[in-house]
Amino acid sequence: MELTAYRRRLWINKLAFTATAFCAGITLSVLFFILGYVTIHGLSALNWNFFTQLPKPVGESGGGMANAIAGTFKLIFGASLVGLPIGILGGIYVAEFGKNKTGFFVRYAADIINGVPSIVMGIFAYTMVVLPMKHFSALAGAVALGIMLIPIAVRSTEEFLTLVPMSIREAGLALGLPQWKVILRIVIPTAFRGLLTGVLLDLSRVSGETAPLLFTAFGNRYWGSGWLNPISSLPVMIYTYAVSPYEDWHRQAWAAALVLLIVVLITNVGARLVMRRQVRVS
Amino acid sequence: MKKGGWGDFVFKNLTLLFALSIIVIAAGIFYELWINSALPRQAFGFSFLTKSIWDPVAEDFGALPFIFGTLVSSAIALLIAVPLGIGVAIFLAELAPRNISNACAFLIELLAAIPSVVYGLIGVFVLVPLMRTAVQPFLIKTLGFLPFFKGPAYGVGVLTAGIILAIMIVPFITTISREVFLSVPVALKEAAMALGATHWEVVRLAVLPYARSGIAGSVFLAMGRAMGETMAVTMVIGNRPEIVASILAPGYTMAAVLANEFTEATSDKYVQTLIMIGLVLFTITIIVNGLGRLILYKMSAHGEVH
Repeated sequence: MELTAYRRRLWINKLAFTATAFCAGITLSVLFFILGYVTIHGLSALNWNFFTQLPKPVGESGGGMANAIAGTFKLIFGASLVGLPIGILGGIYVAEFGKNKTGFFVRYAADIINGVPSIVMGIFAYTMVVLPMKHFSALAGAVALGIMLIPIAVRSTEEFLTLVPMSIREAGLALGLPQWKVILRIVIPTAFRGLLTGVLLDLSRVSGETAPLLFTAFGNRYWGSGWLNPISSLPVMIYTYAVSPYEDWHRQAWAAALVLLIVVLITNVGARLVMRRQVRVS
Repeated sequence: MKKGGWGDFVFKNLTLLFALSIIVIAAGIFYELWINSALPRQAFGFSFLTKSIWDPVAEDFGALPFIFGTLVSSAIALLIAVPLGIGVAIFLAELAPRNISNACAFLIELLAAIPSVVYGLIGVFVLVPLMRTAVQPFLIKTLGFLPFFKGPAYGVGVLTAGIILAIMIVPFITTISREVFLSVPVALKEAAMALGATHWEVVRLAVLPYARSGIAGSVFLAMGRAMGETMAVTMVIGNRPEIVASILAPGYTMAAVLANEFTEATSDKYVQTLIMIGLVLFTITIIVNGLGRLILYKMSAHGEVH
């Protein structure tokens, strides 16, 4: 009697853990399926023209997305100029001077911005930049993406600066250095790898964003010049081409998805490898 | 003032200025959404949230179908992702050897890095055909007597959106839950083992109760993320503003209507109505995220994780 109860418990034990392994199996296969499927369909549609030519008009096959690739990098560059100074300097404040009410509210505000759905960020940039200027622009897209960079930048800067031991700061102060020099010359270089990881992860997250660009950067079949014209980007092109009825555009959407995925994943994995090396060294 | 006081003054206040601008931006988002949705707020008031009319020609708008679609698709996503994500986390924390566990956690975080428009692409060309030809006909045949599984198999629909969302939020639940599981004190687990518990009973009696609030926090954060998710949902939900019981039928979410109609809205009132939907979405996600963070914060205040 007692033995059968024990056997039943062992059986449940085995069953439950098999189920959890099954969950892990499903999740990982979904990941590999997505990566594999995008790679296969992307590679078959990818050619040199994709990187060098502009999109062809509807009905003509061929053409590429050179403008969208350049546009994506331009938007990320602009977003970095908008968001990273605020995020990193704000993070320095929170880490070094922020053990007070202001620090708490800054952290809280960053959390709020982090939770804002990306499409709502698009609306914000629309009302701030597009409405006053009365037309879509690369600037508006950069503002939308830039603000989305802020919360992670604040958080990772704070996290990695607080990891720097207090004794190192005190050593600097004891040598007579003013606090700002201690922070800029000692604390930040010490935490540099961590800061770099944070920034790269942040950029990789934002570079795949589509929703905030739909009604800010909008899209452009040509090279958008300057910051005040609408500009094309890979994510928006993928969306437009995927929901279009043309076979040839679907193929190009897969090619664009592969390129975007490679950019995003290389940044993401690279960022995490940088940090891993630092952890091993220290 | 001590030596270097001037430099310190400038540096501190410069960083303070940037830090304060974060607060200004957070408040600015709400302010902009509020003042730019004045027209529909005066015209419809609170009935905006309870009406299910969406008529851009007559300029009569109600947000209920979108709120409904957002809630139902997120709920389906959670129903799938919570057990799945916790299952993965238990496997990684309890069963897998440490190096395999780390490698798997690394890979699962990649799922969160895949851009949502790529999920949408997979949704449109892989999941939707699969749903139309296999899953939905099967559900209609076996469970069709229930109101939730009625109607023709379109492929697109609320269930399809829920499945895509589930995949997208699993990494959030798994990552946080795994960390919480790994932080359970060994003494607690050993106590259960000493009482003769099997490994699974240790998980059920010692690990899960201890990690309950951490899991709850991660679920709220995942829910906030699911409700605001735009591209993948827009591409597979079918975009029809109707309230129906069947989860196989096409639906619409707040984020999706913004993505689809914002650039096509012609009149001021139409645009402002869409901005008001953005305001509603913003408010709901802030509350859900706030609850999630509060739970995680309270937990860490007790001396666990983060």
